[in-house]
Amino acid sequence: MNRAALSSQTGCNPFARVHGDATSRIWTGLTLGSTLVILGILALILGNIAWNGLPGLSFRFLISGADKDMFDVEKAGVLPMIVGTAARVILMSLFVIPIGVVTAIYLNEYAKSTSKLTRFIRAAVNNLAGVPSIVFGLFGLGFFIHFAGGSLDLLLNPKNSEPVWGKPGILWASLTLAVMTMPLVIVATEESLKAITPGLRDASLALGATKLETIRKVVLPQALPGILTGGILAVSRASGEVAPILFTGAAYYMAHYPHSLSDQFMDLGYHVFILSTQSPNIDQTRPILYATVLALLLLTFTLNIMAILLRAKIRKGMRAGH
Amino acid sequence: MTSIMSKPPAKNSIVTVGAAGQASAASAEAPEIIRANGVSLYYGQNKALKQISLGIRERLVTAFIGPSGCGKSTFLRCFNRMNDLIDNVRVEGSIEIAGHDIYGPDIDVIELRKRVGMVFQKSNPFPKSIYENIAYGLKLHGTTQRSEVDKVVETSLRGAALWDEVKDRLHASALGLSGGQQQRLCIARAIAIRPEILLMDEPASALDPIATARIEELILELKKEFTIIIVTHNMQQAARISDHTAFFYLGELIEYDQTVKIFTNPGKQQTEDYVTGRFG
Repeated sequence: MNRAALSSQTGCNPFARVHGDATSRIWTGLTLGSTLVILGILALILGNIAWNGLPGLSFRFLISGADKDMFDVEKAGVLPMIVGTAARVILMSLFVIPIGVVTAIYLNEYAKSTSKLTRFIRAAVNNLAGVPSIVFGLFGLGFFIHFAGGSLDLLLNPKNSEPVWGKPGILWASLTLAVMTMPLVIVATEESLKAITPGLRDASLALGATKLETIRKVVLPQALPGILTGGILAVSRASGEVAPILFTGAAYYMAHYPHSLSDQFMDLGYHVFILSTQSPNIDQTRPILYATVLALLLLTFTLNIMAILLRAKIRKGMRAGH
Repeated sequence: MTSIMSKPPAKNSIVTVGAAGQASAASAEAPEIIRANGVSLYYGQNKALKQISLGIRERLVTAFIGPSGCGKSTFLRCFNRMNDLIDNVRVEGSIEIAGHDIYGPDIDVIELRKRVGMVFQKSNPFPKSIYENIAYGLKLHGTTQRSEVDKVVETSLRGAALWDEVKDRLHASALGLSGGQQQRLCIARAIAIRPEILLMDEPASALDPIATARIEELILELKKEFTIIIVTHNMQQAARISDHTAFFYLGELIEYDQTVKIFTNPGKQQTEDYVTGRFG
């Protein structure tokens, strides 16, 4: 069709809409619909927990220690569980962030991306992310407690038959969680290392910096927000997990707070499990159960918000040029 | 297609040769600081540089010209061994700087890069303050005394003709500078550690004509103190600022001579075709 023909078709708009917008509307509707379904489910869960949990979530409940009778609404408290959960998550971060970051640095900055070893490590990291958490729990029991802890006991105190390290404890629980969340930190760090302008590394090396100096002074400061994102993901994932700590450190009941890395601890997630399975009277303990779940959610949010605020502060500092 | 094939010989076939080019006759006696002997470079099996031999004279501006992919940037990056960073690169032949083979077994690449600075095509200031960008190299090499760093930051920024524009915001982010200012900051950062040789890989190709003119003025100023090798796609630029010009094509050094001669009376037909705009 030439231009003359196009304009000579009087009364016929050459730009008339032919691409049906019905399809487009249906598609938009579908995507919006599924988003709303997800949001609805989330609102339902959070709403239910808040509605049923808030009445039981008194200040006294948050700051009271665990009573021997943990199913008594008047006496129950969750402070030891909050402390235990926060401690194991923070301890885990101390292990998983440095090890994960160093691994990501090796994979991205040192290893040849085409080598068999690098490809093998990457595949291993990805597979690690897909392992069910109960398997990590069993791994922690076998490797950390029986093997590492048992050996430590033999080494430190061969005469004592009572195990100190060769039994569940907060250190082993944290290490098990660190292994479980390692892929999150590695992948997030690697993504942020890849996103750094390649010219910056060249600029530093061309000024006579060594590779290590370049990584320390140019690469890592740039990657810090991404590293913290990995940390946030790890904290979110770990704070609610029960399966990995079931055999490695969580206690049903403890009269005192953990005061050594080899001590067991009480845990919010595990406590939810106990309240919902061990209660002699489900209806009576339901308010405690809901309040405990709400406390767990609030703790997770608080840990996350702290990490997000830290990241925002670092980003702001970077924009200011320091 | 046809319009490209039938393109008439460019009207400005002989590029005006600037003051630097005309002055080069007298500078032919400047001592050689770099001597490349039969340099070949391979990317895996692919031979990117073929038996290149040339000498670069001290405190002159030497331009490397040639069409894209001719190896001029690759060759430039041999002088500070930045090619070492690429996997599967192999260099044959020798490059001597001030009489020392920089590919020899006892060469410290860190020391080499201290003495052979580099400015890249795309300006790459660190996402730090202007001050910190310049202090970076100094601190690496052991200058930590505050007053000393302050002094070098000022002289380097003055040397890069940037001082007056940034002296009131030394601690503001370098990323807030314009493209041309960022590139001059990169030049200041490179000269802060007092190299003897300055490699420039198309330093003005991403800049507008005014910023480019400032960089060119700066280069003419800098050659009083530094030996400068510049890779450029812009033939007018090579003619304006360089004393010597080397023309590369497909990994080979076709012709290397005084800039005046390359642009007014080249010895090889290929060079003439390129500088008159008949190909490339």
